[in-house]
Amino acid sequence: MTNGEITIGQGKNTSVGMALGLRVGFFLVVIAVAAAAVSFVWTPYDVTAIDIASKLIPPSMQHPLGTDHFGRDILSMIMVGARYSLVVALVAVSIGAGIGVPLGLLAASRKGLISETVLRMNDLVFAFPSLLMAVMITAVYGAGAINAVTAIGIFNIPVFARVTRGAALSLWSREYILAARVAGKGSVLISVQHILPNLGGLLIVQAAVQFALAVVAEAGLSYVGLGVQPPDPSWGRMLSEAQTMIGFAPWLAIFPGLAIMLLVFGFGLIGDGLNDHLDPRIRRAR
Amino acid sequence: MALLEINDLNVSIGCTPILNNVSLQLKAGEVLGVAGESGSGKTMTALAIAGLLPASAKLTGDIVFDGTTVSDANDKEYCKIRGRDIGIVFQEPMTALNPVMTIGDQVAETVRIHQSISRRDALQIARETLAIVGLSESRFPMNRYPHNLSGGQRQRVAIAIAMALKPKLLIADEPTTALDVTTQAEVLALFRQLVKDDGIGLILVTHDLAVIAQTADRVAIMKAGEVVDMGPVSEILRDSRQLYTRALLANTKYVPLRTTAREVGPEPVLEARNVVCEYAGPRKLFGKAAPFRAVDDVSLQVYANENVGLVGESGCGKSTLLRTILGLDRAQSGEIRIFGQSFPDDRQREMKQLRQHIQVVFQDPFGTFDPRWRVRQLIAENLYLLDAPPTGMEARKKIDEILEKVGLRSSDASKFPHEFSGGQRQRIAIARALITEPAIIALDEAVSALDVSIRAQILDLLADLSDRLGMSYLFVTHDLSVTRSITDRVLVMKDGRIVEQGPTADVFARPAHPYTVELLGAIPDIDRALQSASPE
Repeated sequence: MTNGEITIGQGKNTSVGMALGLRVGFFLVVIAVAAAAVSFVWTPYDVTAIDIASKLIPPSMQHPLGTDHFGRDILSMIMVGARYSLVVALVAVSIGAGIGVPLGLLAASRKGLISETVLRMNDLVFAFPSLLMAVMITAVYGAGAINAVTAIGIFNIPVFARVTRGAALSLWSREYILAARVAGKGSVLISVQHILPNLGGLLIVQAAVQFALAVVAEAGLSYVGLGVQPPDPSWGRMLSEAQTMIGFAPWLAIFPGLAIMLLVFGFGLIGDGLNDHLDPRIRRAR
Repeated sequence: MALLEINDLNVSIGCTPILNNVSLQLKAGEVLGVAGESGSGKTMTALAIAGLLPASAKLTGDIVFDGTTVSDANDKEYCKIRGRDIGIVFQEPMTALNPVMTIGDQVAETVRIHQSISRRDALQIARETLAIVGLSESRFPMNRYPHNLSGGQRQRVAIAIAMALKPKLLIADEPTTALDVTTQAEVLALFRQLVKDDGIGLILVTHDLAVIAQTADRVAIMKAGEVVDMGPVSEILRDSRQLYTRALLANTKYVPLRTTAREVGPEPVLEARNVVCEYAGPRKLFGKAAPFRAVDDVSLQVYANENVGLVGESGCGKSTLLRTILGLDRAQSGEIRIFGQSFPDDRQREMKQLRQHIQVVFQDPFGTFDPRWRVRQLIAENLYLLDAPPTGMEARKKIDEILEKVGLRSSDASKFPHEFSGGQRQRIAIARALITEPAIIALDEAVSALDVSIRAQILDLLADLSDRLGMSYLFVTHDLSVTRSITDRVLVMKDGRIVEQGPTADVFARPAHPYTVELLGAIPDIDRALQSASPE
């Protein structure tokens, strides 16, 4: 009762670091988004134009990040590739959250058969790695960006469903849920009006983390040729094409690799930073 | 020489002063009660003595313990004193104990931190200490875990940990607030015995003046970080010159005035008939678990305009019964009727209609508010029960009216619940219950956690509302003094059954069931405690 005062004034020196991480994360992601946006109207060179004469030029004034074996500009390719990375991640996470969160809310509000069914289906989907799922989808529908999105999206559903259910279950035992039940509200209304808003922070954090994972997954699928198809550039395929030439043209692998790494790092920092920022326990300590 | 002497203690956190010139003395073999409402600084005083103030707190003044000044000791030096010379008992026994350690190990741990002795010897000391606090090894083996014990037994373990090294000073911060009255009586008796036998000094921090009257020799009354009154218990509680002490006492014994004579209606508003609620018992690996019967064949009626108390200790089934009455849980058998109409099996619409007539106010109002909702939304939530809920201006007007009725301003509607004090939050909770104009409001420990001055206000409000609106109340509580002051009829519940019921005055004057007698005997009562102390 009166002991609540004890937590005052802890973790002062760490709060600056948290905010800094969040800022760096947003900075990195904003750069990627800006690069993708600019690529629609302007790129230094045409990404599909093949110019054998200027092939494999190391980073220089004309080509800041160098050119590949067809003479295409790496900077332009990375800018256009950012579109695919971001769009695939955005759509995949939206699919995952859009289906996973309602499933999680449902599983938390109804005990018994419905909850069990949702959970066991989760386990089933969870058992397939996203790569395997993409291979299966490709085998049926053919390779392409849409199929990569679908595979990563399906993989995200159980992740969101689990996180939502776990947090929602603990919210269901709160007294204000009891008060809402006394007000005659059913489980659907309570889930939408009380549970979901109170899960908001948690879900935003989870989405940031899933964004990072989706970027990696998209790069991985493109690397093995299941993602974005040529001639559209993608970071993952740039890496796989660079593989054979890494000995004499390392910039081919370094810059797409760096792009992937920084974007994932950025989303990771945002996720971590938001987690600290939105967690009432840590916030109170500040 | 005094065991503990505090001179002009000032504590501030940031720019906020917490304690202001606090001076206290305690002799060995004496019990000093520190009383006050929440925020008065009584817990901070206790923490300051134990050297447990938060790191950001600034402290000036002297704390002299056993001849040495400890107020400027650093944490390392304090660690030697704490546990060995100063024992501490906190309010919540479950969180103060480590759930994955046996009780024997937990007591022995304290011993081994301060003395370099073998585990065996430490466990021997633990055994003896646990026996002193009434947990003898024959009945409570030392390899028990905290979850195997009841609340009172856990608090005994916490006391054993504090007492294991025979400290000279024991600080107890609201040690019995989380306990039932009968358990509270046992723990207080244990404290008195320890003080008498070992000659330790005890600082008892509590909001309950009755507990002080029963246990302490001297009392310090605190208000807003200052000691406003201090002296022997019999003097201070009998006739203090301090207005604040008098007001506190008056509020503790407060009985709301009923202005109009109320006529109890002929038909029951709420009726429970032979209600049985069962839980699945502890799971077994094979075979079916035996069900646990939380509510066993309970029948009760609440008539129009009547205040009924349902009293019992924790685990007696009163909360389960309340949940069933509110239609939150389903009874295994029996039925609940409101205005003679029984709860439908699973018809949302009819359920909603019945729920308009019965509403509830819970113990902790803050927990019952969605932290993201504003007061207007919170109160409007219950309008959902109406067939044609008012919208827009009409709803706004209704909410403003109800806020005024419970003594709040209409401008409060756009605030968030955390912007209010405890008493105001309970008013909001009452406003929410009132908005559907129910015939009966169930109050689940609704005034127990409030400070006495606020409790008096809320009791007045409830009495006033029932006089004006002709509502019935069902008080579900373990607090017998509140029950006595405002109910007309009382039902005593034990182990899932109603063991006694009758008009409140009769039951309190001539309890028939042995359990009721025990319960009434355990209530700390200021007048009785002072009377028994006076012959000395």
